[in-house]
Amino acid sequence: MIGRGVFCLAVASFIAATGLARSPAPVNDDAVMEGTRRALSEYNFFTDLAGQQPNFEVTPYRLNMPLYSDGAEKLRFVFLPDGKSLAADGEGLLQFPVGSAIIKTFAFGEGADRRLIETRLLLHRADGWLALPYKWNEEQTDATLALAGARLEVERPGGDTISYRVPNKNQCKECHGLNGAVVPIGPKARNMAHGWLAQMVEAGALDRMPEGADTLPVWEDRADADAEQVARAYLDVNCAHCHRPAATASNSGLDLRWEQDGAIALGILKRPVAAGRGSGGHEFSILPGEPDRSIMVHRMDSVEPGVAMPELGKSTVDPDGVAAVRRWIEGMPAS
Amino acid sequence: MKPTSRALAAALMAATAISAPLAARTIAVEPGDGAQERLQEALILAEPGDVVELGAGTFALTDGLSLDVDDVIVRGAGMDETVLDFTGQQGAGEGLLVTSDNVLLRDFALENPKGDGVKSKGADNIIYHRIRVTWTNGPDENNGAYGIYPVESTGVLVDGSKVSGASDAGIYVGQSDRITVRNSIVEANVAGIEIENSRNALVENNIATRNTGGILVFDLPNLPVMGGGNVIVRRNLVVANDTANFAPAGNIVASVRRGTGVLVMANENVLVEDNVFENNPTAHVMVIAYTQPFDDETYNPYARNVVIGTNAFGRGGDDPQFDGKDMLLAAFGGSLPPIMWDGISEMTDDPGLRVADGQAGWTLGLTEPGQDFAAARPAPLQAASPAADFDMAGIGAPVELEARLR
Repeated sequence: MIGRGVFCLAVASFIAATGLARSPAPVNDDAVMEGTRRALSEYNFFTDLAGQQPNFEVTPYRLNMPLYSDGAEKLRFVFLPDGKSLAADGEGLLQFPVGSAIIKTFAFGEGADRRLIETRLLLHRADGWLALPYKWNEEQTDATLALAGARLEVERPGGDTISYRVPNKNQCKECHGLNGAVVPIGPKARNMAHGWLAQMVEAGALDRMPEGADTLPVWEDRADADAEQVARAYLDVNCAHCHRPAATASNSGLDLRWEQDGAIALGILKRPVAAGRGSGGHEFSILPGEPDRSIMVHRMDSVEPGVAMPELGKSTVDPDGVAAVRRWIEGMPAS
Repeated sequence: MKPTSRALAAALMAATAISAPLAARTIAVEPGDGAQERLQEALILAEPGDVVELGAGTFALTDGLSLDVDDVIVRGAGMDETVLDFTGQQGAGEGLLVTSDNVLLRDFALENPKGDGVKSKGADNIIYHRIRVTWTNGPDENNGAYGIYPVESTGVLVDGSKVSGASDAGIYVGQSDRITVRNSIVEANVAGIEIENSRNALVENNIATRNTGGILVFDLPNLPVMGGGNVIVRRNLVVANDTANFAPAGNIVASVRRGTGVLVMANENVLVEDNVFENNPTAHVMVIAYTQPFDDETYNPYARNVVIGTNAFGRGGDDPQFDGKDMLLAAFGGSLPPIMWDGISEMTDDPGLRVADGQAGWTLGLTEPGQDFAAARPAPLQAASPAADFDMAGIGAPVELEARLR
């Protein structure tokens, strides 16, 4: 078993390197393990809640390929309980011990103008994962549990105002549901930076470097990356949590996971099943060479409920994501 | 029943009657300010056995609702009294999503959901009782797709419900097993009732009218659940399905011809019996193979063991939506016989279609799935009589679901 001391030491050095202050107050394990706390502050994940400065037991991370949410900035953290570590499982999800938590804060705006909107928690308990949404208050001093979600006006960096949706507890499960249980979706080995994984191994917080893991392209470097790799990675991260067997959109027969290589399952020359008006008058999810005649592009390019994909967490189109998928489809030889 | 077992049953029923109300809470939710959050919170905080009771009036909603707790009853004051109004919906793909088992939905309406009305996915033993889903502007391609939409579920009972205006199907049951759809009205949808990639379905005592097609039974390729069949369509009123197809192109139902009564496509063991058909201008009953190319070894595109029993066929087939309809009408004397078969069968020695004596039909005389209509050789249908009684065992929703409605 890895001692908390070793982990703390490594994290402390990481924190020192990033200039973060160290706090002696530990994370509230009881809050992670049972009940539902009304306020985010009760978990003690942060030394400076509004500043999103993590506690010494909480480690920030980023993803090579992030999930788009109306252009929100996302601050991601993991918490591991005393003496426990992550386990590598090939290129799939890192396996989190019971008692750990994944914390993700959504924010809009830069610097002093930054507004925290919501913080979503995934708590790994003895009976499985629990997803809880917390909505930040006007004063930006704390976030409170919003089981039923919320809809609020948010000004984006570009200056436009959108009606932003904080998902309710059930909606968390629509994306995080697999075989009826809640699971994390972001921290897959293939979507984590090699350096971060190595650092976690060194700190004793990850049992070993994941073997045989692909590495997804880094989103910011997409212009120089292979079009298919970029689009497939984007779809894997943004769509495949629903569009895969045993998940929310399994009945569509569309499987957009990175590891899927069947053309029809990926949408190529696949006819719609329950798309309704979401088909936009097109016959196939993907018509090679013809993004403008592909249902996938049509639905990604819409914000109209009943047409828009993804169905949740989307008030705006991700123009860069649409462009990435377009580029892939354009490059496919027409059949 | 012997006296002893009757006494035992009575004692059990009495015990249930006493314990059930004590165990179950009723969470009342009224329309008005904050309805979205209050109702959603009630659906989240409900525990197994609870009743979420919706007051009379209109709930103005801005987002989809969802229920993920087993054994919950959601009950309104009546399908015309309690209305969940999604006219202002800004998000989610359906009005209400149910993902838990043993749920009973009853006595309320959904109006103008942007996507589907009520979707229940992986929700076993679900009952829809007197649920109304209406797109109030009538047929419109901008309406949502499905009104009542159970999928990937075992045990589905839809009873006394009503759907109109769906741009795909009013009541759509997909990739499911043990299904009953009955006593319901489907009006002015593209498809009235659709049973797709499903097994053991009973569709009875419904009224399907002014849809493009009344009742559709078929299988599609490349889906997680394949091999639909064992479907009975009986005692339905399938009348005046004459609305022009308003489905967005690309959807399978966009190819349904205006004026189709019952369509059976790529399915096995289907019985169509004791229905009343009137004024379906293309065909009262159509039995065909899947026409599109496909790449799925598990898919069977043929209609197999389809039995058309005795039905009451009124006027119909007098304005068929086919190329060359004038020639067809002239050849058949002004209207087409009620049963239309494409002529395509999987095996040469078994036509895949049997028709009760005295029920007239015609065949397109095609030989291969996907064959061009130009190759048709229309002729009167010479089909064999049904060989034996249709095996009805195991078809329909489990009987336990009936007990919940009493």
